Amino acid sequence: MIGLENIIFLIVAAIGIGLFVWQIRKIRKNVLMGRDLELADNTSERINKTLLVAFGQQKMFKRMLPAVLHLFVYVGFLVINIEVLEILIDGIFGTHRILGFAGILYSGLMAINEILAALVIVACAIFLWRRNVTHVPRLWNGVEMRAWPKLDANLILITEIVLMLALFAFNISDLKLAQLRGAHIAGAFPISSLFVNALGSDPETLHVIGRVGWWFHILGILAFMNYLPSSKHFHIIMAFPNVYYSKLLPKGKFTTNPAITHEIKAMLDPSYQPPAPEVDAEGNPVIQRFGAKDVEDLTWKQLMDSYTCTECGRCTSVCPANMTGKLLSPRKIVMDTRDRMEEKGEHPAIFAPNHYKEMGVERVEVTEEKTLLRGYITPEELWACTSCNACVEACPVNIDQLSTIMDLRRFLVLEESAAPASLNAMFTNIENNGAPWAFSPADRFNWADELYVPSKN
Amino acid sequence: MAEMAANGEEPEVLFWVGCAGSFDDRYKRVTRAFVQILEHVGVKYAVLGTEESCTGDPAKRAGNEFLFQMQALTNIEVLNGYNIKTIVTACPHCFNTIKNEYPDLGGNYEVIHHSTFLQQLINEGKVHVKGGEAFKGQRITYHDSCYLGRANDIYEAPRDVLAALDADLVEMKRVRANGLCCGAGGAQMFKEPEPGNKDINIERTEEALATLGAGNGVIATACPFCMVMMNDGVKNKEQEESVKVFDIAELIAQAEGLSK
Ligand code: SF4
Ligand code: SF4
Repeated sequence: MIGLENIIFLIVAAIGIGLFVWQIRKIRKNVLMGRDLELADNTSERINKTLLVAFGQQKMFKRMLPAVLHLFVYVGFLVINIEVLEILIDGIFGTHRILGFAGILYSGLMAINEILAALVIVACAIFLWRRNVTHVPRLWNGVEMRAWPKLDANLILITEIVLMLALFAFNISDLKLAQLRGAHIAGAFPISSLFVNALGSDPETLHVIGRVGWWFHILGILAFMNYLPSSKHFHIIMAFPNVYYSKLLPKGKFTTNPAITHEIKAMLDPSYQPPAPEVDAEGNPVIQRFGAKDVEDLTWKQLMDSYTCTECGRCTSVCPANMTGKLLSPRKIVMDTRDRMEEKGEHPAIFAPNHYKEMGVERVEVTEEKTLLRGYITPEELWACTSCNACVEACPVNIDQLSTIMDLRRFLVLEESAAPASLNAMFTNIENNGAPWAFSPADRFNWADELYVPSKN
Repeated sequence: MAEMAANGEEPEVLFWVGCAGSFDDRYKRVTRAFVQILEHVGVKYAVLGTEESCTGDPAKRAGNEFLFQMQALTNIEVLNGYNIKTIVTACPHCFNTIKNEYPDLGGNYEVIHHSTFLQQLINEGKVHVKGGEAFKGQRITYHDSCYLGRANDIYEAPRDVLAALDADLVEMKRVRANGLCCGAGGAQMFKEPEPGNKDINIERTEEALATLGAGNGVIATACPFCMVMMNDGVKNKEQEESVKVFDIAELIAQAEGLSK
């Protein structure tokens, strides 16, 4: 029974999926702009973490209300994929509810699906309320939360509601049509059956409504899929790999730069033989940049982080620097990295403005002088960080904002000697006195002299 | 340490004093309190004395990886030279750096923070503060150090130590993994804060004071930087008469009657 409608469907679906694959390749290319990093270790620990944090939503449960609402949308998303599969098969082969043969299993699936779809609508409505009416501060405030991120968030929520409504339109008309014919259709529809009389009883109209609902739903999903790479909603895909590759070491452990180690060892011991410097394809030595000035100095994981960010602001809302009015916002660091990456590399095909600048701003010319550091992120932001790891702890998708901040700081200090004067004084003290303060190393043991003298203050 | 080595002896633990513990007048009292505890329980310990140097933590957090590695490699040479295996320190920054960052550079030791060390002493019954009336009815609130807590997942040891005191332990709103920084980490200790509308230590002190309520109370810390920041905060709020800031080692030493 393959007809014109099915052929059109096939073409549309192929275009939608093809476009998506093409977009993903762009993103992959952007992420691979970053430095190499070996993260293939500890597979079992990584799988565990992914199950807990990504599939299990563990870190979301630090805040109960959004966690529960988000859980509805998330489980809804997982379950609806089974229905999308059915839609694809039906669409291609002109079948109708092909999975219906599964009997009670199918009924159960449909029933769960309907309940989840209803919960998704409720959750999204509350989310819209929280964003636009009660203005939950972390979703509303911050220089990085300009026109696009706010619109993006609303578009996603509205789209999800509309997609669910389309699904209901399809189910309700299907149900009503079956009722009119006195036939039985596969599946159980606890929500739709409440509304069977809402659509009137003209079979022609019902048929049209059903088809429109069906087409709208699947076209919507295809369009939405292609919208993802332009959106914070991309986290529904990226959360899984990003958590898988997240840092397993203690949060306090910062990276060590081996190139520096060789240099110092050679300085301390003239007989030390550092390994031959890395060479590029043409045999020229690779110039090592210490720290990060631009996106290609960051690792691919740090770049992947920025594609995973949900812009939820949990990091920024717990950042001590941010909450006391300093310029730093860890969310901005992550979003800046993404914007810069797309400015330098490829950018999504539709709805290009990932850029959180005011909409309408053209993509900026990529010039030599404009880099992530200074072009987007100012030293003042970087110097406000206490390296407290609160942002890292708070992030539901295991982004390591602090590592990016530290790499940018390293560039300021190691390549530009641009530390604040008081920090330079601290460096000098460590160099000369072995302590960050200007005390003589000879006095280091003085505390012991006073050991049995009760202190006076 | 040099003396011990000359006698062909090896300590059970090396007490890494740290720059604050060596030079900061307030924190020197913590160093002495901890040494008194070590003496009291008869642990065979040693200190490097003038051979110790900054671990390089503030340099590293400020982005000066070069200076950090310089310090680290020099320190590792000294530590390995004495064949040190176990290190205890009262400073979470020294603790974190030696434990997590020195291994990449050839320094492998068992590193224990003094809160864990004290917890062990209490568990083993070597320190038995119960019965000491010193803290009866006092309200104590513990301020989590970022470099102990989030950075290294040590939340319970300092609380266990405080629980051994006969005091009324109260928790602040933001604790453990959600704890609020004192504002000194990441080399902030050595510079003016960036412009904002409040200093971080004031925010944290306000929270501590609200938790302790009116009357006497103690803010317990387990980090030299936290101690400075909380002390400054308490002074800023003109509460230094009623609210004291103590390191957990000082509290134990007091409860054991080792110091006043
Ligand atoms: S580590 Fe830095 S950016 Fe992250 S919460 Fe702490 S101060 Fe803010
Ligand atoms: S970095 Fe993490 S916590 Fe911060 S806004 Fe993005 S997803 Fe949320």
